[in-house]
Amino acid sequence: MQVNENFEPVIVAFCCNWCSYAGADLSGTNRLNYPANVKIIRVPCSCRVNPMFILRAFQKGADGVIICGCHPGDCHYTSGNYFTRRRITLLYSMLDFLGIERNRTRLEWVSAAEGAKFADVMNQFTEDVRKLGKNRRLEDLRCRKQ
Amino acid sequence: MQRIGVFVCHCGTNIAATVDVKAVAEALSHEQGVVISQDYQYMCSESGQDLIKNAVKEHKLTGVVVCSCSPRMHENTFRKAAASAGLNPYLVEIANIREQCSWIHKDIASATDKAIILGKAAVAKVNLNTPLTAGESPVVKRALVIGGGIAGIQTALDIAEAGFDVDIVEKEPTIGGKMAQIDKTFPTLDCAACILTPKMVEAAQNEHITIHSFSEVSAVKGFVGNFTVTIKKKARFVDETKCTGCGLCTEKCPMKKVPNEFNMGLDNRTAVYIPFAQAVPKVATIDPNYCLMLKNGKCGVCSKVCSVGAIDYKQTDKFIEQKYGAIVVATGFNPIKLDKYDEFAYSYCPDVVTSLELERLMNAAGPNGGTLLRPSDKTHPHTIVFVQCVGSRCDDSKGKQYCSKICCMYTAKHAMLIREKYPDTEVYVFYIDVRTPGKNFDEFYRRAVEQYNVHYIKGMVGKVSPKADGKIDVQASDLLSNEQLHINADMVVLATAIEPDKSARPLATMLTTQMDTNDFFTEAHPKLRPVESATAGIFLSGACQGPKDIPETVAQASAAAAKAIGLLCKNSITCNPCVAHSNELMCNGCSACEKVCPYGAITYQDKEFRMPDRTTAIRRVASVNPAVCQGCGACTVACPSGAMDLNGFSNSQIMAEVDAICK
Repeated sequence: MQVNENFEPVIVAFCCNWCSYAGADLSGTNRLNYPANVKIIRVPCSCRVNPMFILRAFQKGADGVIICGCHPGDCHYTSGNYFTRRRITLLYSMLDFLGIERNRTRLEWVSAAEGAKFADVMNQFTEDVRKLGKNRRLEDLRCRKQ
Repeated sequence: MQRIGVFVCHCGTNIAATVDVKAVAEALSHEQGVVISQDYQYMCSESGQDLIKNAVKEHKLTGVVVCSCSPRMHENTFRKAAASAGLNPYLVEIANIREQCSWIHKDIASATDKAIILGKAAVAKVNLNTPLTAGESPVVKRALVIGGGIAGIQTALDIAEAGFDVDIVEKEPTIGGKMAQIDKTFPTLDCAACILTPKMVEAAQNEHITIHSFSEVSAVKGFVGNFTVTIKKKARFVDETKCTGCGLCTEKCPMKKVPNEFNMGLDNRTAVYIPFAQAVPKVATIDPNYCLMLKNGKCGVCSKVCSVGAIDYKQTDKFIEQKYGAIVVATGFNPIKLDKYDEFAYSYCPDVVTSLELERLMNAAGPNGGTLLRPSDKTHPHTIVFVQCVGSRCDDSKGKQYCSKICCMYTAKHAMLIREKYPDTEVYVFYIDVRTPGKNFDEFYRRAVEQYNVHYIKGMVGKVSPKADGKIDVQASDLLSNEQLHINADMVVLATAIEPDKSARPLATMLTTQMDTNDFFTEAHPKLRPVESATAGIFLSGACQGPKDIPETVAQASAAAAKAIGLLCKNSITCNPCVAHSNELMCNGCSACEKVCPYGAITYQDKEFRMPDRTTAIRRVASVNPAVCQGCGACTVACPSGAMDLNGFSNSQIMAEVDAICK
């Protein structure tokens, strides 16, 4: 597959308020770089992320979507990230069925103390999505900006 | 029609250096609903806030977007500013262009583009914000302190001083913690027991303090101001209310070969025991692993000699439930296990001890009555080698990456005390660095070197090998003279790294607080909120948050108490209005939401609805109790009909953000 060096993927990151959003802040406080392609949306808990939001992002032209939550067992709301884990697993099988590359969607656990991990994950994910190229299968051309 | 104001902060050069703030303000001024778009040096300053207040009044704003630092930092500041100008505070949104943009990226063009997109997402969200009103919930005027070491005791005393009831839960049979095991304290060399035991007694006698010793927290429910905690009172097989602590049972108990935890296993205790003479509460405890009566049903000596009939072999664990407004965690630390450090011969040579074991060996109430003798042959050691950073500052997986902070100082203390008491003893200290920041700390260390002639050698010990004649060969390198050394020592003392207590991890799960990778509790903000956890109503005291010496622990304990008192003083607290709500017209009463709710906030009601054909029908619909809901949003995704939504993070708001980012 041809890799377009100039391709800049659009990446949406859903981060839970208590762990991953704070982890993202920490990587900023520590001045750890990751690509500007990543745009973060704050949600109270990773379990607030409806799989519909992920599909919506792909429909609107996102090339990758990553969901970050507290480590299993550390959820601020006790059990939210367990629901997330199950829902994303189901979403994976649906995306597999549709023929959408698995690497475009990722679920990661990043705690409030893991600023370095957050930057690493985002660097890695952006590279993975860059290799996959533009999301053509799920993008709705009617949504594309003229 | 929305009237939105956008305010872009320079944050000095923190944002302005990598983001073209004027371009951001200009780009956002064309967004839907935006009527004013400005940039300013410091939005959080008084004049920056005035900018928002004036704009709200002047332009009759219906929404505000501040492009600035993280909402975790100043969301409240800007919400308050908006509220004081008459705008509902929940109509304010923050676009995080500092921590998540300007500090991350170096390229001005891409950072500016990203800042614009983040700003657009915030504008798109605020277009859909609705005014929210926070409810109130009452505060239970009672605090729980988990852990009865010096941190827990100090916190409890301070809260009790303010007139609130406090319960201390301690897992050991007595309060006192690690400080009770220590002989002398640095840098003053005053006796640890002399300053700790009066505090233990004060806690026991305080009318506001209840001590649950030999107890553990087994479940925590609820939220700030209204926690329900289940405390497990472990069976000690002695009636606490009857036992007078006379100690007759401990004298008569025939099972005398139980390793004594309080003396770090250096001597033995009996199966029925009182940990130490000044224990609080001074009540005996039977160790079921060793008691002959409990194991084999044959003995019963203690119950025969007990004059008050306090022994109760049939006692079982008891569970008590209590409501609290605030919880302070003070679970403390432990030295790490040294089983991975075979090079120091700790596991098979009795004369290689940890620093905490040395404390007991030197303590007047310790196994040797305060005379320093080798554990192996009870002779006086003439050469002692101290090894620093055992398990601390390790890059490998064997130890801990962090500095345990207290070891440099207590090693200097040990070296000094030994030289003071036994001037004929040679003392060597091997170190990587000597770290002595603190009041009178460096002076203390210099006294050890200059006045007491302790041999400080920069370098690490490679191998400790016991020899046949009872001596110990210590092989080490002197980094400054670049020499290999062999020291013929009588004793080796390992300054062991400290780690959080094992009970901390399950406790953090129960309290839904965060921990770092080393299992220390994470504070809400490392600089500005060092004694609070990110979970409201949970405070941190002492070494459970990070390695600390005694003065720091006491200072943090009092700070945590002050924060807890601040909470307990209030009659009610404002709740988070970002809670779930159900659209009854869409709800079909399927119970999917109820099953995922971790708080049991969702109940079902039969309600009468008017149908289009003018008849009425009774349907079962979900209803959310806003006082119990914590706003996680699990139900909103579980709901198949889309009836459940979350205030402040509604489906349409998040989708609008997604759209703005993907556009």
